[in-house]
Amino acid sequence: MSRWIIDHLWLVPAVPFVASLAILSLPNKQHKGAAVLAVAGQIVALVLSIFAFLPTLQVSGFRAVQNFTWFTFGDHALRLGWVLDPLAAVMLLMITLVGLCIFIFSTGYMSGDRNFVRFFAYLSFFSGAMLGLVISNSLLLLFMCWELVGLASYLLIGFWIERPSAAAAAKKAFITTRIGDMGFFLGLLWLYARSGTLLFYDGGNGCLESAGLAMLGASAASIALLIFCGAVGKSGQFPLHVWLPDAMEGPTPVSALIHAATMVAAGVFLVARVYPIFSFGAIDGVTASLTVVVWIGVTTALMAALIAIAQDDIKRILAYSTVSQLGLMMVSLGVGGVAAGMMHLLAHGFFKALLFLGAGSVIHGCHHEQDIRKMGGLRRLMPVTFLTYAIGMMALSGVPLFFSGGWTKEEVLHVTAHWPVSRLPYYFLLAGVVLTALYMTRQIIYVFFGDRRTASQHAQESPSVMTVPLIVLASCAILFSIVLTPAWPWLHDYLTDGAAHFEIARLIQPALLLSLALVAAGIGLGIWMYRRAGIPDRLRPADTDPLEFAQPQLFRFLQNKMWIDELYSRTVVAFSWMSARLSDWMDRHFWDRLVRGFGALGQLFGAFTASVDERGINAGVDETTLGTRGLGRLVSAAHSGQIQTYLSVIAIGALALLLFYAWLA
Amino acid sequence: MNSIAFVLLSILTLAAALATATLQKLMHATLSFAVTLVGVAALFFLLGAEFVGLVLVFVYIGAVAVLIVFTILLTRRDVGKDRGANWGGAFLAVAVFGGLTWAILETQSVAIVAPHLRTLTVKRIGEALMTSYVWPLQCVGVLLTAALIGALVLVMEEKR
Amino acid sequence: MTPTLQIFLVVSAALFSTGLLAALSRRHAIFILIGIEMMLAAANLNFIAFWRFSPQPQPPTGVMIAIFSIAIAAAEAAVGLALVIAVYRHYRTTNVDHLDQLKG
Repeated sequence: MSRWIIDHLWLVPAVPFVASLAILSLPNKQHKGAAVLAVAGQIVALVLSIFAFLPTLQVSGFRAVQNFTWFTFGDHALRLGWVLDPLAAVMLLMITLVGLCIFIFSTGYMSGDRNFVRFFAYLSFFSGAMLGLVISNSLLLLFMCWELVGLASYLLIGFWIERPSAAAAAKKAFITTRIGDMGFFLGLLWLYARSGTLLFYDGGNGCLESAGLAMLGASAASIALLIFCGAVGKSGQFPLHVWLPDAMEGPTPVSALIHAATMVAAGVFLVARVYPIFSFGAIDGVTASLTVVVWIGVTTALMAALIAIAQDDIKRILAYSTVSQLGLMMVSLGVGGVAAGMMHLLAHGFFKALLFLGAGSVIHGCHHEQDIRKMGGLRRLMPVTFLTYAIGMMALSGVPLFFSGGWTKEEVLHVTAHWPVSRLPYYFLLAGVVLTALYMTRQIIYVFFGDRRTASQHAQESPSVMTVPLIVLASCAILFSIVLTPAWPWLHDYLTDGAAHFEIARLIQPALLLSLALVAAGIGLGIWMYRRAGIPDRLRPADTDPLEFAQPQLFRFLQNKMWIDELYSRTVVAFSWMSARLSDWMDRHFWDRLVRGFGALGQLFGAFTASVDERGINAGVDETTLGTRGLGRLVSAAHSGQIQTYLSVIAIGALALLLFYAWLA
Repeated sequence: MNSIAFVLLSILTLAAALATATLQKLMHATLSFAVTLVGVAALFFLLGAEFVGLVLVFVYIGAVAVLIVFTILLTRRDVGKDRGANWGGAFLAVAVFGGLTWAILETQSVAIVAPHLRTLTVKRIGEALMTSYVWPLQCVGVLLTAALIGALVLVMEEKR
Repeated sequence: MTPTLQIFLVVSAALFSTGLLAALSRRHAIFILIGIEMMLAAANLNFIAFWRFSPQPQPPTGVMIAIFSIAIAAAEAAVGLALVIAVYRHYRTTNVDHLDQLKG
């Protein structure tokens, strides 16, 4: 069985792809057929992922690789392949499970939409591409799936094509990630040039194995940083984070699947996958490229958390939260905690999807209102949503013990604290923990507590097709923590090829108490600051945020995303516009004239040839004809028609002959 | 062989021939042609080929010359003016005569005298015709038939 | 003075030339035929002369040739005259200057 699944691992991404194609062939009215196909495809992928997961439990350090040649050119061959190791296996499980929940949720959320069939086709397509990304054994194959995932993201962000804002957001997402992908591709080319192979594991010759790495030498850091550019773009790190909040223009299930759980995680996954390149030549676990990763990650984490406090859109808060958490994951990877980072990624996938779906449920219940200032008091109206949302919030804030997010964040802080270079990231991350708890508390109070405001007047609980996935994900968020506790660090040891064993004593640690205190502080601060949010005060009108009232300038700054978008618009975008105008001018006036000049040259040549033909050749032919005709006329003059002329000629001929013979004799 | 006879006959023949070529009136010219043929027949007699000479008189003068007279009479309408003397033709004729004469005088082998002749009888001619020359005889017979039919076809009136 | 073969040949050559002159210089179609007949007669004279002056005894080859030649000449004259009559019927002329349909 394990042999079969390793040989046929390509089925895992192939099944959703095929489902996507099948859905595309359906007519637009066939909502049920599309939903069935998509969900069935995802279930099959989930089952196959479970089959793939099982063999990896047998031995520690399991890695099965299956390579094949795509095409050959000259002496070289371009080889692709897939790999099955703990990293790939857990990603497969997470993507398929979260994806399944979201697919089922979407059948309810998108049920009134005209383009239901197209939505599920795109979703299945995305699922297939993402699964292909995680199992690929070749950087090129990974890049191809990377691009496909980016395409799916573009299509799904701009899903509501009649909205100009959605189209603009999709374009922004694509262009921003493209900038990162440029760096990725350059790194890929450099890697191929130096090591001669793009396969990760190839029986000792892969670029992540010692022989391949040795060929990189000093260029490993630069290659790693170039590849990291792609991760910066895809995972929304500073400075390419600007597309992620705008991507909330897409439907909420899309935000849940792509921009929370999976696609944005691809950047983190990429760093984890090519980690040997990042850590090549590490001294005490530190290299130049990893340091860059850490600083970018910590900047992102802190910046996004600050901005999230001042946002009013329920999805934007979650979007910035995602950016912040991704920064956290990057920091974890950068300081050497690959397993910790991956664990947090998996946990984040579950609870962030849960939060987004919960937000979707809220939006659906409030009849597509997204401003949190207009909601309130949904606790009693939408109890299931509230409960699951609260679980998600606790997981995100990092409450340990029962919530998976708490344990993973704990691990991350633990490894960050022991970074040899600096303790600064650790302190910043601690601040981030407080801020996370703060903005999540703010959001929950605004949305679920207090009096009902405008949008929540007629709110009601969502149908079970939407709430059941919420419950499933919430359960996963809690149950997941079982394998994450320090008492039984099964997942950590699974990812680091160690042997796990249960030890209850490790449950209580001093660092654990510190984070518990910070989380409590954050939640407490949030409750204290926002307890009267949405309720008019003596001094403060109803729709003014308490923080805004207290610190208007700071609030404005944060609310406008630290003016980064405007900065880009003034510089990068303006520069692009200018370049485009310059190119247009060049094309219109310079190249066009050049081409026309060549055309004129051709015309000139044509005219010249025509005249040569006219005067020279034609005239020559005509002269020849006239000459022949003249000659003919001349010769035909001999045919006078006169008999006696003919006779004379015969006589002359005879005479000549006679004389000739006589002379001969 | 009598040389005086030869000289006289030659002059007669050549004079008549010249007359044929140059006389303006058609009838006179035709009759001069007949006289030429008579002279040639006499020369044949002189040379000892009497039979041939008689055949010539019968066929040429009796048939061909008469035919020519009849044809001239039948095609009488156009009796326009003759063109001027064809000096080109005259020159050519003189050139041909000159060339032939030069060739003859050059050849030494023909400067001989007549050997004694055993008389050629008609019997011998008849024998030769029927034995060694029987094939040519038959062919000439066929030729004459063909000529007869051909001439008839040529002058036949077109049936409307 | 006995006439030599040469003299006979010269006479026949003169006759031949005169025949040629007659053929070339008259405008009536008949006279071309007359000229041809004269040339044929001259040729016959040549044959007979050669026969006479050749070493004796000899077969009558020259005579035979002359006889056949006369027969053929007669046939040819008949056909030629028929042609002239046919041409006269069609073109209403016997002037060879006007019979130039083969011109060009």
